[in-house]
Amino acid sequence: MLNLSAMQLDAIREIGNVGAGNSATALSQLINKKIDMDVPSVSVVPLADVPELVGGPDTMVAGIFLRVYGKAPGSVLFLMPKESAFYLVEHLLGEPKNSDGELDEMDQSALMEIGNILAGAYLNALSYYTKLTLLPSIPAMAVDMAGAILNVVIVQLGQMGDHALVIETQFLSEDDGINGHFFLIPDSGSLQTILNAVGVK
Amino acid sequence: MAELLKVGIADYKTGKAPSKIISYGLGSCIGITLYDKIAKIGGLVHIMLPDSTQARATENPAKFANTGIPLLLKEVLALGAIKSRLVAKLAGGSQMFKFAGASDIMSIGLRNAELAKKTLTECNIKIVGEDLGGTYGRTVEIDLETGLYKIKTINKGEKII
Repeated sequence: MLNLSAMQLDAIREIGNVGAGNSATALSQLINKKIDMDVPSVSVVPLADVPELVGGPDTMVAGIFLRVYGKAPGSVLFLMPKESAFYLVEHLLGEPKNSDGELDEMDQSALMEIGNILAGAYLNALSYYTKLTLLPSIPAMAVDMAGAILNVVIVQLGQMGDHALVIETQFLSEDDGINGHFFLIPDSGSLQTILNAVGVK
Repeated sequence: MAELLKVGIADYKTGKAPSKIISYGLGSCIGITLYDKIAKIGGLVHIMLPDSTQARATENPAKFANTGIPLLLKEVLALGAIKSRLVAKLAGGSQMFKFAGASDIMSIGLRNAELAKKTLTECNIKIVGEDLGGTYGRTVEIDLETGLYKIKTINKGEKII
């Protein structure tokens, strides 16, 4: 199990803050609305509790998932309620959506592009801050139960241990249309690399 | 008292009728049930990885197919189930995200399913129902009164095996 000092937690929170701030700006420019974000929460949670962070394992969400390659590999996951996904698609593609409907291929492709931009913005900030080169993979997306989507990330962590370090930031748009959770989940070992890079022992 | 027992990831529960055992939001994970219909005793294990011999952290046996199934078997027998009457059902093992050039980790559901079935065969337990694969999540629930295994999905409806 991971033991982090108060100073290390602070450093990680700051890293999350810089990354998420960059992402929030990108998102705000995309939809031309003000986006608020929370101070990132950093927590080490048992794997089984991760789905609870987004409202329980059978909550329906849209998830965009990317792997991070480079010196500090990990995963990035952007989760939002289905309504937020529809809202984003509406604002991007400029056509109203019936929120009972399905996301078609075009919609999913638009959302993946958003995931790409957000993750890119996040990783850019992180790269700048740590001087580590971090590159996102092609995004993948699914609209399904939160637990099932989180499985993908949890499984990778599960090979290493029973706890996950989750850096989570919540986004909220000015008209409450979007409410999303951004997760950065470093692979085991990557956290140490990041902490070393910013000079926190 | 009818209880609804909840099983988390890499976790298991056993019980007797009229209780039910549920596990929410399985993706690549698999929910494996063992059930003795005469004693009305059963259990459900929610495994997330196939093989404990290939992992670094192995302190929790319920996490792996090859160790979770023997563990569940031991526990249902301890509760009074008879080995020769036990039957197994499996659900889950999907691939939630499709990548171009899917890496090893993306086909984990498939490997979970393979090793779960192999382990059940090695334990001499008959598999009487399965709902595996696909690209969607499942919530699974076994009714220990009947042994029926209910599988709920978001877009693919409900199924009982």
